[in-house]
Amino acid sequence: MIKTWQRFKASYLLFSFKQDKTAIFSFVVLLALLVTGLLAPVFSPYDPYDPANIDIMNSELPPAWMEEGEKAFMLGTDIQGRDLLSTMIYGLRLSILIGCGAVILQGVLGVVVGLLAGYLGGKIDAVLMRVADIQLSFPYLMVAIFISAIFQVAFGIGQYEDLAVPLLIVIIGLSEWPVYARTVRASVMGEKNKEYVEAARVIGLNRWRIMFRHVLPNTMTSVLVISTIQVANAIMSEAALSFLGLGMPVTKPSLGSLIRSGFEYIFSGSWWITLFPGVFLVLLVMVINLLGDWLRDVLNPKLYKG
Amino acid sequence: MQHLLEVNDLEVKFGLRFGDLTAINGISFSLDKSERMGLVGESGAGKSVTGFAIINLISKPGFISGGRVMFNGRDLTALSDEAMRDIRGNHISMIFQDPMMTLNPVLTIGTQMVETLLAHRSITRTEAKSIALEKLKKVQIPSPEKRLAQYPHEFSGGMRQRIVIAIALLTDPEIVIADEPTTALDVVSQVTEKIAVMYAGKIVESGPTDQVVNDPKHPYTQGLIKALPGSLQPGAKLNQIPGMMPTLTDIPPGCAFNPRCPLSDTICRQQEPPFIIINGATRRVACHMAKPDPSNGTT
Repeated sequence: MIKTWQRFKASYLLFSFKQDKTAIFSFVVLLALLVTGLLAPVFSPYDPYDPANIDIMNSELPPAWMEEGEKAFMLGTDIQGRDLLSTMIYGLRLSILIGCGAVILQGVLGVVVGLLAGYLGGKIDAVLMRVADIQLSFPYLMVAIFISAIFQVAFGIGQYEDLAVPLLIVIIGLSEWPVYARTVRASVMGEKNKEYVEAARVIGLNRWRIMFRHVLPNTMTSVLVISTIQVANAIMSEAALSFLGLGMPVTKPSLGSLIRSGFEYIFSGSWWITLFPGVFLVLLVMVINLLGDWLRDVLNPKLYKG
Repeated sequence: MQHLLEVNDLEVKFGLRFGDLTAINGISFSLDKSERMGLVGESGAGKSVTGFAIINLISKPGFISGGRVMFNGRDLTALSDEAMRDIRGNHISMIFQDPMMTLNPVLTIGTQMVETLLAHRSITRTEAKSIALEKLKKVQIPSPEKRLAQYPHEFSGGMRQRIVIAIALLTDPEIVIADEPTTALDVVSQVTEKIAVMYAGKIVESGPTDQVVNDPKHPYTQGLIKALPGSLQPGAKLNQIPGMMPTLTDIPPGCAFNPRCPLSDTICRQQEPPFIIINGATRRVACHMAKPDPSNGTT
């Protein structure tokens, strides 16, 4: 453990991180957002899910610094009278949860498929990659509309509220796994002809061991880099689905559903319900992407910046 | 007497679009316990393919199309994948040409050594580790305990080579196949007891090393020996065999070496020379021009 830490302290990764101001900034912002989101009950002034905290008389109050604003609600309230800041923090938590969950699902699926296709090759490769192509030719919005429509009919709206998070994870996870499968397949095909793979076969290891223990770790660089971009994408996808009313319900709003609920009132002057969650979302996605860019540069030594 | 390894009429082909290419064309040799044999020849002669064919690991589109590889009385070409995996790395191991490439860059040396042992022995991780340590000591890696936890990039080239050797020796294999451990023929002649000279997928001459080196019968072997710089005055031009080895797609009829051979005759262009025995049971050559030595002497 101590050794790993020392290795990390001496690593090029940390060194280049310290050199890069954008990376440090992004990392700090991301960390702040993650901590705030994951510890939402600690940081948010109210529990937006508790009906006792909601008073319809407080609806559509502007931020505290404006004339009609109230000190109790720093960023104002939404249309149902919930404290916007609290709702946003809880929404942030949902967005992060769905984003990471979806990426883990697509990652596991895509990596396994890509590894099998790339290493075994032949017919298995052809079949798996055609499945991936078919999957990519379905727009995820269409899949999402299908699944959530079927689900809502089958289980009713009430149940949908409880199961919306896992459902969204599955929808977004299933729609994007071919991205991983293709990347991993490409790098596995490059790795499998290297001599260490041949050496592992000569040693007498079986193909599963060679695939998962020898080839897979060598493809992790690319997996890591696309993962950051995919987390940002998944968060955006979730926001888009919620904005269209296919994602999180208004009772448990994610950032996307908050933007949507505010969007209906934007012309009546309640701009803050849309703007603040929007800023939050942009900030979150932007820092993840910036970190991803930095990581790609660091892990790809062939790509020197002038 | 049964040999430890007996290769009989081994034939390896590569299935290509325009037909099968014969990479190894019916070679035979045998190896006894604690015997060292050298397989020499130009690049492309089929030395590495022979090595891989012995452990039945010819990668596609290659395949063993004939012959047998008898190891301890078992035919390796007919074994199941499962049984063959037990032979590889356990009874027969292989050391590759390039030690930089054969170690997995993301796993520690210890992991790679322990893994090899666990694949073949039912022992605990701790026991495997102590065997690994012992072998590292054997190849003289300093402070092996510390080294086990390090990654390949933390070693120098020479050390990596020794680690690769240590891995090959982990399971105390009966046979170690070394793929181009050296490119120098004079080194081969010093460390081996037996030598076989390959040309275009065939063994053209074989026998005890000192006899083959000191009294080569095949013009190709003679050319190889003459090409050694040791026999020349300093400053003199190095000898070489004119021309180059035919590609497998157009091996000339008759003796494959005839276009480059100084002794080439009509018969060489028409008939493939048989692999005849000269000088006792151990000395063989495939050349129309080589005559059995009437004196039957050893040198």
